[in-house]
Amino acid sequence: MLYNEPSPLETKVLSRRFGAPNSASIDTYLADQGYQAFRKAAGMKPEEIIEQVKISNLRGRGGAGFPTGMKWSFVPRTSPKPKYIVVNGDESEPGTCKDRVLIENDPHQLIEGVLIAGLAVDAHAGYVYIRGEYRYLIEVMEKAIGEAYAKGWLGKNIQGTGFDFDLYAHSGAGAYECGEESALLESLEGKRGIPRIRPPFPAVVGAFQCPTVLNNVETYCAVPAIIRDGGAAFAALGVPKAGGTKMTCLTGNINKPGVYELRLGFPVAQMIEEVGGGIPRGRRLKAMIPGGSSCPVLTAKECEGATMDYDSMSARKTMLGSGGVIVMDDQTCMVKALMRIIRFYAHESCGWCIPCREGTTWLRKILVRFHEGGGTRSDIDLIGDIGKNMLGRTFCPLGDAAAMPTISFVEKFREEFEDHLAGKPCPYEHADHGIEVLSLSR
Amino acid sequence: MTFSPQLEARFEKLLKSYPPGRQRSALVPMLLYAQDEVGSMTDELIDEVAQRVGVTPLQVNEVLSYYSMLHRKPMGKYHVQICTNISCLLNDGDKLWEHACKRLGIGNKEVTPDGQVSLEEVECMGACSWAPAIQVNYDFHHFITPEKLDQLLDSLTKKQ
Repeated sequence: MLYNEPSPLETKVLSRRFGAPNSASIDTYLADQGYQAFRKAAGMKPEEIIEQVKISNLRGRGGAGFPTGMKWSFVPRTSPKPKYIVVNGDESEPGTCKDRVLIENDPHQLIEGVLIAGLAVDAHAGYVYIRGEYRYLIEVMEKAIGEAYAKGWLGKNIQGTGFDFDLYAHSGAGAYECGEESALLESLEGKRGIPRIRPPFPAVVGAFQCPTVLNNVETYCAVPAIIRDGGAAFAALGVPKAGGTKMTCLTGNINKPGVYELRLGFPVAQMIEEVGGGIPRGRRLKAMIPGGSSCPVLTAKECEGATMDYDSMSARKTMLGSGGVIVMDDQTCMVKALMRIIRFYAHESCGWCIPCREGTTWLRKILVRFHEGGGTRSDIDLIGDIGKNMLGRTFCPLGDAAAMPTISFVEKFREEFEDHLAGKPCPYEHADHGIEVLSLSR
Repeated sequence: MTFSPQLEARFEKLLKSYPPGRQRSALVPMLLYAQDEVGSMTDELIDEVAQRVGVTPLQVNEVLSYYSMLHRKPMGKYHVQICTNISCLLNDGDKLWEHACKRLGIGNKEVTPDGQVSLEEVECMGACSWAPAIQVNYDFHHFITPEKLDQLLDSLTKKQ
């Protein structure tokens, strides 16, 4: 089902079947050019498929934005080992809820993308790793996989092409860290989701010690359109170095929150004002996080002239990330917002790397105390310093994910931290901020 | 230990989903599915799953302690999980959490004395655009206000 009204400003490529009756069924998919891209890809050489993906300028949609075609080309062609396609559906980055709607509304698009990846790297089995909280999506995925087997789009000798492929749905059980590719592979193998040291990268040593293509749900979902219409057509939808559209989740203080498919390079101001209907209660924009809580925050001023693409965000020293846009209005307490973000990373740190384990824990302790009114002036620099000492010093990006918002919040909203030094609890907690509830603790 | 035929069928399918010698891969989903039926990670369940996937109970313990959805203690019949992470916080998810604690008289990961309802303050559940969001067992409920939460809890406890 659809959780929000579509916007006329959307460019519907991946979401084109959303809202159609029985959009998740194979019949709906087949009636709308479904699996035609697979047929086309089956007649292409693997290097031709990878070439089209390169031309499309598709970049990883999970957050890191690595060029997908290049990632696929790292899989060693001559390896005698079996190869695997793994789908990262562990969507857990705060602010992000797009993979959920992609699987729920159009699981066959994902299956077709996986099949094409299989053709490109000569893999014959794949796993869709779905976070445990999305239990209903396991059922959706298993149903779709069952339909695909029944109609000969999975299994042996698919549609007489001689290509075999088996696909399985695999559930996680609650761990943000498993969205990191090597931790996901550990989890897939029945272990704690502790990241692996790389290199070797999953393309060479991945699932079950075999070469593995591992991409986000949205990345695979873009592949059928790329093969069907050509890489150049997909590239043309976006900006020069990043092709296509991005499933964008508008969240936070926004009138029309929802998941919208916007072409890369969409203006931030138009996204907030027109797609999202502006900020509720006549308030103004204070800040925005463009791609999930791990990205550095942008002030309202920095949002001016910004566009939703990798380069525009990188010019503002932040990231497009996962597309989880978090809009904060002028009544938001930035200390509280950072405190909540850090509580999350402290909870999710796997504990392997000391800078992350200790850094997130101490940041949480200091920020909670600070927000409650027990902060000292030296804490402000200390918070920033802890962040800077975590940055780049961990095996996986979780340490950075906690450090980046920390550093940016302190640098850009220092005066709000100073306002908290007045001695009383949060000066930004307004009585008119929503519902009034007596707290147990006060 | 015996499981329902549905769960047995799931296990059988899972164990066949991974390459030969990689049955351990079934561990995490098996634990979650088994918890849904048994209620929590009991010692008996841990021994049984360990034996089925070919690892030691200690190894199962090591794994289950990592995943936040796996519980050693039983939760209520209705496990109410409230997200207070950033997108929900901006939409008063924290106040919803406080309201739930007050109304039920329990705190995080606690169960009402009648065993019906338990409460957990959870991290982002992937419903950020429909905040504040909660999950009751596996069911998502979007745009939840204290009033809607009260109605939901009333309807759940009436069902008994």
